[in-house]
Amino acid sequence: MTAAIEVTSVGMRIRSATLLDGINLEVRPGETVAIVGPNGAGKSTLLRILSGDLTPTAGAVLLRGVSLKSYSADRLAAHRAVLSQHVSISFPFTVEEVVRMGAGEMARAKAQPLVDAMLDEIGLDAFRDRELPTLSGGEQQRAHFARVLLQLAVGEAKHGPGVLLLDEPTSSLDLRYQINLVETGKRRAKNGTAVIAILHDLNLAARFADRVVVLHRGRLAASGTPRETITNAMLRNVFEVDTNVDLIAGPLPHVLPQAMQAV
Amino acid sequence: MTAADAVAAARPAAGRRRRPRAVIVFATLAVLLLAVSLLAATIGAAGIPLSRLMPALGLGAAADPATFARDQLVLWSIRIPRIAVSAMIGALLATSGTIMQGLFRNPLADPALVGVASGGAFAAAFTIVVLDNAIAPNAAANAFELLPLAAFVGSLITTLVLYRIASREGRTSVAIFLLSGLAIAALANAGIGLLIFMADDRQLRDITFWLLGSLGGATWRKAALLLPFLAVAVAAIPFIGRGLDVLVLGESEAFHSGINVERLKVVCIVLVSAMTGTAVAVCGVIGFVGIVVPHLLRLAIGPGHRLLLPASAAFGAALMVFADMFARVLAAPAEIPVGILTATIGAPFFLYVLLRQRALVGS
Repeated sequence: MTAAIEVTSVGMRIRSATLLDGINLEVRPGETVAIVGPNGAGKSTLLRILSGDLTPTAGAVLLRGVSLKSYSADRLAAHRAVLSQHVSISFPFTVEEVVRMGAGEMARAKAQPLVDAMLDEIGLDAFRDRELPTLSGGEQQRAHFARVLLQLAVGEAKHGPGVLLLDEPTSSLDLRYQINLVETGKRRAKNGTAVIAILHDLNLAARFADRVVVLHRGRLAASGTPRETITNAMLRNVFEVDTNVDLIAGPLPHVLPQAMQAV
Repeated sequence: MTAADAVAAARPAAGRRRRPRAVIVFATLAVLLLAVSLLAATIGAAGIPLSRLMPALGLGAAADPATFARDQLVLWSIRIPRIAVSAMIGALLATSGTIMQGLFRNPLADPALVGVASGGAFAAAFTIVVLDNAIAPNAAANAFELLPLAAFVGSLITTLVLYRIASREGRTSVAIFLLSGLAIAALANAGIGLLIFMADDRQLRDITFWLLGSLGGATWRKAALLLPFLAVAVAAIPFIGRGLDVLVLGESEAFHSGINVERLKVVCIVLVSAMTGTAVAVCGVIGFVGIVVPHLLRLAIGPGHRLLLPASAAFGAALMVFADMFARVLAAPAEIPVGILTATIGAPFFLYVLLRQRALVGS
């Protein structure tokens, strides 16, 4: 099966700084991948390369087996959707209008049922007529998530399962919507979407991802199931934090830094 | 919906919006433009009451042949070309303001405020002085059609410089944008000052005209010059509307949504420059129309550009015809340059928007 998205020997250098070096990653359709790593490890750079924002200085990126460079902006948008970390908006678009932007050129009447479905799924129905700048950061983030999901759905209806890229999607969400977002991502993956997310919360990453990719100083430090990757050794080497990864809770690892444990 | 959602959604109704239908918006604006134009046609140094207006327009029989001839002359050779020029200038300025605000992602952008109009005025004034001095006296006046081209180039260079300064990695800083616009305007105005210093009396009169902004010299020839630019701008609206909507989210987000951002930016910059440049070449620098019109419209119909852009053209036209009518009658028989009028009303309005959007500027 062709990988949904694939990077081979990707490197990124800006002047003398090496941001990424020798990254290989292949994500299958229906797979959930969490990218984790300390600040400055190159996570966002990798996601921007995957989304087509940046062209790597070395290596290749293939989307459905075809070089990312050969996609036009609108064709790319039909195959992959991106939720950015900070989207600030200075015009009073309502939540519904922002979500509808995800439908692209689709006629308004045709898009409306899809818009309604997304508002419903993300729990934004009561907010649909609210202007975005009047909402909290988390509420705005959810509106953009619904917009991105709509773009994904429109693309997938035409071309089959696509790629969903999420840059720290839970950073401004409360606990309930962190879980909601992770569950929504997993549901998309069940339908064949490849979902790749940068996550800081390792416990959330363990619950979300089939595979955890650990970046450290621009290199791939580890890649595997949560159980294989989120270990005391990795946390000490990469994050420089002493932990007791607690395996009592079940099959998934659970991180509790020693410094935060009750003495 | 959970209880938490219900509570959150029930917060004060501020920011809750239902949008009016496009048909109603355009019908309202069309009626408004027509009404204002008719009113403007009746008012002036030679008043033409409504009862005499209709015959003079060719609708209905004239009561008095003597006044009829005079009315017809005033109407067709002075007042109607002036209304047509005012309306088109208003449409150009308001639409270019709207496009510029979308392009720079902030509601405080106005071509006159950030030096784009000054750049155009400088280029036009430069053309007058240089053409006259290099070729023949009155060469510029004879090459009337050359001035919009010069003003367009001047505006284009200014917009490009402004964009390069204010936009970094797909983000635009409002503070840097406004401040650099201020500096560019100051530079262009210094250039105009230098030209004034060099100019002879007749050139001086022409240049002063650009500084104040007046619709006084409106003729059919000027109206005919404006029309193709307005037509191109209006025709471009369907192609940039969705792009500008998504661009509001940021350049990366627009690209993620499938917009060819570089192409959109080029189209917008050329449009803004061409529209501002032609407006400046015909009537000088008239400020704040580009801020006031889109801001009021966003409150009424929302920020979606597919509706906002054509509505800006219509509302800008109505507002400019209205403003010019006041410019004609406030100090009759003398005329106040309409640019002074729009600045008097527009500048406090700008401050009001600025204070409301304080967070945008980062303070």
